[in-house]
Amino acid sequence: MLRDFTFNEVYFLLLATRWTILLAVIAFVGGGLLGLVIAGMRVSPYAVLRRAAMAYIQFFQGTPLLIQLFMVFYGTAFIGLSPDPWTAAAITFIVNSAAFFGEIFYGSIESIPRGQWEISRALGFRFVPTLRLIILPQAFRLMLPPTVGFTVQIVKGTSVASLIGLTELARTATVINTVTFEPALVFGTVALIYFALCWPLSLLGASLERRLLVQKVRGGPLGKGAAASPAAAVAGPD
Amino acid sequence: MDYVFHFGPILDRWPLLLWGLSRTLELSLVSMVFGLAIGILGAVAKSFGPRPVAALASAYVELIRNTPLLIQLYFIFFTLPFIGLRLSSDTAAIVALSIHLGAYATEIVRAGIESIPAGQIEAGKALGLSGRQIIRHIVIVPAIRAVYPALGGQFILQLLGSSIVSAIAAEELTAIANNLVMQTFRNFEIYIVVAVMYFVVVQAFIMLFRLGGRLLFRWKV
Repeated sequence: MLRDFTFNEVYFLLLATRWTILLAVIAFVGGGLLGLVIAGMRVSPYAVLRRAAMAYIQFFQGTPLLIQLFMVFYGTAFIGLSPDPWTAAAITFIVNSAAFFGEIFYGSIESIPRGQWEISRALGFRFVPTLRLIILPQAFRLMLPPTVGFTVQIVKGTSVASLIGLTELARTATVINTVTFEPALVFGTVALIYFALCWPLSLLGASLERRLLVQKVRGGPLGKGAAASPAAAVAGPD
Repeated sequence: MDYVFHFGPILDRWPLLLWGLSRTLELSLVSMVFGLAIGILGAVAKSFGPRPVAALASAYVELIRNTPLLIQLYFIFFTLPFIGLRLSSDTAAIVALSIHLGAYATEIVRAGIESIPAGQIEAGKALGLSGRQIIRHIVIVPAIRAVYPALGGQFILQLLGSSIVSAIAAEELTAIANNLVMQTFRNFEIYIVVAVMYFVVVQAFIMLFRLGGRLLFRWKV
């Protein structure tokens, strides 16, 4: 029996949007924190940590998000785990976005002139305090635009979780499409919902980028060594 | 940990995996060619087109870049039959991937076009080149050269993103992996092997692009 695509169905979709947003927030916060650790390792004085961070980033940027998700969801049975879709998706999106955030943060940290590290060292700061008190506050302005830009990729990437059965926006859409068989309306509406979530973020990212560029052209406080936008994956794993 | 790894059942089926990999490469390369063509047209439309055309190109870019590939794929796969276009899942996958890449390529090529100094175009006019010649030799080729690394990066993302078309049962590496999982129940081993295959191919392409860039763009700017 077919159902019509009514406001009821739109309401279902809007309810499911909550889970998309929640998943994106988990990936952003968890991935951001872990990404900070990865970036810290990437610039640490220990070669082992630097290499580990590089390998981490290379692995997660060099394999599909979907395969990573399947590995966590279907593949962890061999250590006796059978995570539910939410746990698997949360873990996958955190470790995946940490790689991209790590790369973004690393690029921003690298844009701060080396002299800053040397001066801090001369003043008696150790590695972590230097990073936390001197480098990161300056790098923050640089990492902000690509971070916002990558957040769009996170929101879009959460749709992949539908493929392990997590009932977020994309999954709800396929379910409603099955019972109404109005694909143009269903997926059109869903596309609009994703667009409404992502577009403001895209605009914010672009405007932050422009502002940074203007500051740079005017010879802002960062001076010559600063790059306007660190090499960042602006187009991500969706 | 009593689990015993069994790679045997997977290695027995390696021709299938290699076939899946070749399908993944085919999907990525074909959609890259179409996507780049869309991207060049879109970028020219955005930079030189009349206002309505430029606005249309902008709308296309924004719409595609702010919605998930999966939804675009579903939309194309399920909606086109309604207007009489019954696409196989493989064709739908190529269409969706091309349209998806086209939006990103438009933005990348446009950035390249913007990096061309106005004086260069004026010099072309002064030399008596036609409008089409100017766009081709003075704008497009140097623009693509300028953004070549970004295009390479986008291709890598496309290759990885193509795994998503397994959702509509298009045949490629990830879909093959899912089938093998159902046949052998060697979940972890299969996804590890497939992840390594993707990884190796991605690293190979990164090297290839570096080499290709050196060969293609030998002349000095």
